[in-house]
Amino acid sequence: MISPDKGIGKWIEDRLPIFEFAKHSLVDYPTPRNLNYWWNFGSLAGITLVIMIVTGIVLAMQYTPHVDYAFDSVERVMRDVNYGWLLRYLHMNGATMFFIVVYIHIFRGLYYGSYKSPRELLWWLGVVILLLMMATAFMGYVLPWGQMSFWATTVITNLFSAVPLVGESIVTWLWGGFAVGNPTLNRFYALHYLLPFVIVGVVILHIWALHTVKSNNPLGIDMKGPQDSIPFHPYYTAKDYFGLGVFLIAYMAIVFFAPNFFGEPDNYIPANPMATPPHIVPEWYFLPYYAILRAIPDKLGGVIAMFGSLLILFVLPWLDRSKVRSARFRPIYKQFFWLFLVDCIVLGWVGANPPEGKFVLIGQVATAYYFSHFLIILPLLGLVEKTKPLPESIAAAVTTTGPPKD
Amino acid sequence: MTAKARPGKTTADEDGASRRDFLILATGAVGGAGAVLSVWPFIHSMNPSADVLALSSTELDISPIEEGQAITIQWRGKPVFVRHRTAAEITAAQDVDVADLRDPESDQKRAEKPEWLILVGVCTHLGCIPLGQKQGDPRGDWNGWFCPCHGSHYDSSGRIRKGPAPKNLEVPPYVFIDDTTVRIG
Ligand code: HEM
Ligand code: FES
Repeated sequence: MISPDKGIGKWIEDRLPIFEFAKHSLVDYPTPRNLNYWWNFGSLAGITLVIMIVTGIVLAMQYTPHVDYAFDSVERVMRDVNYGWLLRYLHMNGATMFFIVVYIHIFRGLYYGSYKSPRELLWWLGVVILLLMMATAFMGYVLPWGQMSFWATTVITNLFSAVPLVGESIVTWLWGGFAVGNPTLNRFYALHYLLPFVIVGVVILHIWALHTVKSNNPLGIDMKGPQDSIPFHPYYTAKDYFGLGVFLIAYMAIVFFAPNFFGEPDNYIPANPMATPPHIVPEWYFLPYYAILRAIPDKLGGVIAMFGSLLILFVLPWLDRSKVRSARFRPIYKQFFWLFLVDCIVLGWVGANPPEGKFVLIGQVATAYYFSHFLIILPLLGLVEKTKPLPESIAAAVTTTGPPKD
Repeated sequence: MTAKARPGKTTADEDGASRRDFLILATGAVGGAGAVLSVWPFIHSMNPSADVLALSSTELDISPIEEGQAITIQWRGKPVFVRHRTAAEITAAQDVDVADLRDPESDQKRAEKPEWLILVGVCTHLGCIPLGQKQGDPRGDWNGWFCPCHGSHYDSSGRIRKGPAPKNLEVPPYVFIDDTTVRIG
């Protein structure tokens, strides 16, 4: 073993204190002693990002970004390339797992108030990662150049035509032509390759901010001393490994037994710019936003509401006026939290269905509720809610009164 | 730097402080403007290139299209609808109170020769291709085109009548070169 105290290890350490850095941030990092399993999803998201980059790079070695060859090159990966089917299914379903993990990670933050002071910037960096992930996944879905790839690109890029005055010019610029075509496919491929590495950069900032303000915890109170914390290693490394095992079982079950469950059969038809499939739906992770887009009967209004539903997360730390972080001590917020989660699922369900009949009204009510949650309910709760008394410290709460109930 | 620190100098100006401020400001302004301007080639490189622009006109022989029939051709990568309208379709398109329309435009302005309606077949909502070109397609409540994506109805002049689309189907620039040939673009 190389040691930082002698020999070559010391030579390196004196010039670049990398051992100290690794020990400080991966071993000694003082972590609240009471984290539950909802805290596993951060490290899972990081591991999923690595899986996406590794599978993506080997796929890129086989893929041809040209409208005449893209579809066939992906089919060649599936049929002729050694283990190509496995790599592609890992990448395709990896995107799904990534969003599941990140959505759970975000709702964890909402429940335990992890966005509140002093974690506002940490939260912001998280929202930036979400936006970058969405852009990356959207551009990746274009690459196989099937019918859904083509028409999803057409519909989503056309959203920008709603911008007053310069809308049409923006869309032509995005396309590099007068319709979605080869220039579009090429630039999306370039960006699909680039953005995951930008995400890596923002993840580093996210973790830097985390290590500065330290982890939140299910009680939502600050660590007050050494009795409240345990070192990250071996306690949370072990717990994260266990979570990783469970995660991989679920992920591999999908990859091996239902690899196309989350996909659309229409994407196995080569792109045809002259015929739109009868039902265009985005990937499942975009459905709630798609429902919000369609809930507003005006083109520009729908686009503003859709982007607004994401951007509102940036101002959340200031909309929630309550000083108490964890929903455990906020009896009314706790109920609204679950209502909000149900509302997001309803939006997803509406987004998957054609905008007809009852779905129109349900979509509009659910959209109105989505924004009311942030703009009306949270600010009001901060004023009227009577919170439960907070425990004196983490150690006091988890050692004298037994394990916390939730 | 103050006069105290540099004995013999008495005012900031003599000390050159305001001259330095000016130089910093001027350098900053020139450098900043240059940096902003140098972004333009990068942005503009993503706009349609010369070879894409060169493909922007198409000629079509319309003599085989019977009355009541329509064909779809490709222009600039987009579908263009060419419909040989029936007398009934023309009257229906002309007998409309233009003021009532979402995007008011008379049929006379949209079709140079009333029997030939030429449109870009791209829904003005989010870019799907409306149905109505083939026999048996749904043609919407106004006997024109129907966009299945989010339910826009277009009339027999390609004007938006119902649904989320804000505008009429676009009329591309075209000229009749002779009685049977039209150049689009
Ligand atoms: C944030 C990480 C990433 C996400 C969320 C993501 C997402 C996606 C998605 C959804 C697809 C479409 C899969 C399909 O339906 O076939 C895709 C395809 C693809 N991605 Fe990624 N990707 C990521 C990272 C990368 C990286 C880093 C590379 C290259 C270095 C890459 C290269 C490719 C290639 C070549 C394809 C086309 C082959 C195929 O369709 O399977 N991806 N990506
Ligand atoms: S794209 Fe035609 S109605 Fe939306």
